[in-house]
Amino acid sequence: MTAVLEANGVPEDPDHVRQVRRGSLGNFWRALRSSKKAIVGLGILVVFTFLSLFPGLIAHANPSAETYLPDLGTSSAHLLGTTSYGQDIFSQVIYGTRVSLIIAIVAGLLTTAISVIIGVSAAYLGGYADGVLSTFTDIFLVLPAFPLMIVIAAYSKNGGFTIIIAVLVVTGWSYGARQLRSQALSLRNRDFLIAAQLRGERKWRIIVMEILPNMTSLIVASFLGAAVYAVLAAAGLQFIGLGSVNTDSWGTMLYWAQNNDALLTGSPLWAIVPGLGIGLMGGAFALLNYAFDEVSNPALRPVRRKALSS
Amino acid sequence: MRHFIRRTGFFLVTLWAALTINFLLPRLMPGNPAIAMMARFHGHLNGGAIRAMEIAFGVNTKASLLSQYFTYVGNSFTGHWGISLTFFPSSVASVVFAALPWTIGLVGVTTVLAFILGTLIGIFGAWNRGKLFDSLLPPIFIVLSAFPYFFVGLMAILLFSVKLGWFPTSGAYTNGVNPAFDWSYISDVVQHAVLPGLTILATSIGGWILTMRNNMIGTLSEDYIRMSRAKGLSSRLIMFNYAARNAILPNLTGFGMSLGFVVSGAILVEYVFAYPGVGYMLLQAVVNEDYPLMQTLFLFITVAVLLAVLIADGVVSLLDPRARSSK
Repeated sequence: MTAVLEANGVPEDPDHVRQVRRGSLGNFWRALRSSKKAIVGLGILVVFTFLSLFPGLIAHANPSAETYLPDLGTSSAHLLGTTSYGQDIFSQVIYGTRVSLIIAIVAGLLTTAISVIIGVSAAYLGGYADGVLSTFTDIFLVLPAFPLMIVIAAYSKNGGFTIIIAVLVVTGWSYGARQLRSQALSLRNRDFLIAAQLRGERKWRIIVMEILPNMTSLIVASFLGAAVYAVLAAAGLQFIGLGSVNTDSWGTMLYWAQNNDALLTGSPLWAIVPGLGIGLMGGAFALLNYAFDEVSNPALRPVRRKALSS
Repeated sequence: MRHFIRRTGFFLVTLWAALTINFLLPRLMPGNPAIAMMARFHGHLNGGAIRAMEIAFGVNTKASLLSQYFTYVGNSFTGHWGISLTFFPSSVASVVFAALPWTIGLVGVTTVLAFILGTLIGIFGAWNRGKLFDSLLPPIFIVLSAFPYFFVGLMAILLFSVKLGWFPTSGAYTNGVNPAFDWSYISDVVQHAVLPGLTILATSIGGWILTMRNNMIGTLSEDYIRMSRAKGLSSRLIMFNYAARNAILPNLTGFGMSLGFVVSGAILVEYVFAYPGVGYMLLQAVVNEDYPLMQTLFLFITVAVLLAVLIADGVVSLLDPRARSSK
């Protein structure tokens, strides 16, 4: 199975594992700032963060109040028109930002935490524990995640927000765990770790103070990957009506739009705009992820034409 | 041979895990959700069928958990998957086998196409790195793959069905068309498959481009490429026979794995287009709380993905000696 797993950017060959020099966080930040992809991604996320903190500043209508005429077109009063229930679409979109962003960040953080714990313990403990943890990771890696999410969510009717996050975390941690294990393995026999062991440091101190700081880049990358995954998968689950259908979120908007045939009956913006929001948020995390990839793996950085022709 | 045994062992362990998840989930949930479902069956079904399902979901049964488990696993392997609530009184097996060909046709064909096209675009992109081709096609498809499959499907319906009227909005064939092996039926089926197929293609191709391009950039900097250039070999020969041939290996192994993602995405595409495949049926089962159908479809999807991984793995270990020797 290793061959399959390696193929997805999970190299086991230590030479190919991304490595960042110790204490290079400053350089890192500088390199990130000079990347166009990173700036665009960060910019989009800053805007979304602002919207989810202060939605009331931008949108004045109550997103769930069914107070207007249904299926209005765009106008200055309703920038994106109204839904078939007479709700203001623009304000639904603005208020929907919050749920998507929170799911992305919370699910991303929890997923990464589990990946780190399982991946790094597997690598550091070695032997029997590594065998068990790795097999466990591999099983979750090949179990089809989205069908599994649907099955779990279907049994836990109307669980809403927490269920969606739990489902995302349960099905999403394995990929990062696999990558982190590989990198931790490549670090295990480094001189500075042997030095720490000889100094008589405790195991957990070595893991937290010596190993983890060296894996910052990969940990951040797995967080960003998990966030992209969370944005898209949560939208998919909400779209088919799993979780709660009464939250203000982009996926839920798409669910109601689809159930009212918004595309066919002439209020397509009801479906288009939340979809663009999902794409934009997923894209912003993905751009940051690519930028991180290029920073920590210089071979992938864009080259200038001059260098090519030589 | 040892390699093969290891892989098959992993296959069996994962299959067992999927079965166990199916068995445990309804029992773990507070107030077993299958109880309400079984109540809807009562009065319609009697005898062995209902008892088999009571054991499968742990409802109203006195058998111990362990014996329930063994009965359930045995029934799963012998094809006793129960009765579908949605398509009552059809058996789950008949519903699943009616849905299977549609998904295999649609998702199978588009996955292979996406792999070939994505790999080619990745090869040309890496070869012409930084030029017009490379700065145009890969970014477009990578941005497309950031959108959820179902949203791209909705937009395709809006543009090509509602506005332009080129393709039907839903279904796999026109109702009332006689399913015979003749031109009118086949063209009808193809016409219905174009939009969902293009949707899956457009959203899944980005991943192939990205990985192939990155692998290819890696191999292009190897010494043997420089050597082949110095020998004066033609660009085409270097590009395909030297660089791409090595760069494609990791991508080929990814083929099996990514099938899982494609299957996942295809569930929502089938839903949006009401395409009567496995994914559409899965969601039908969820909406109608038809747990026997849902469990069986989940098992089938898992088996399909596992088989694909196993096959891809076998092919790669044939092609790449390094994969055989690693551990």
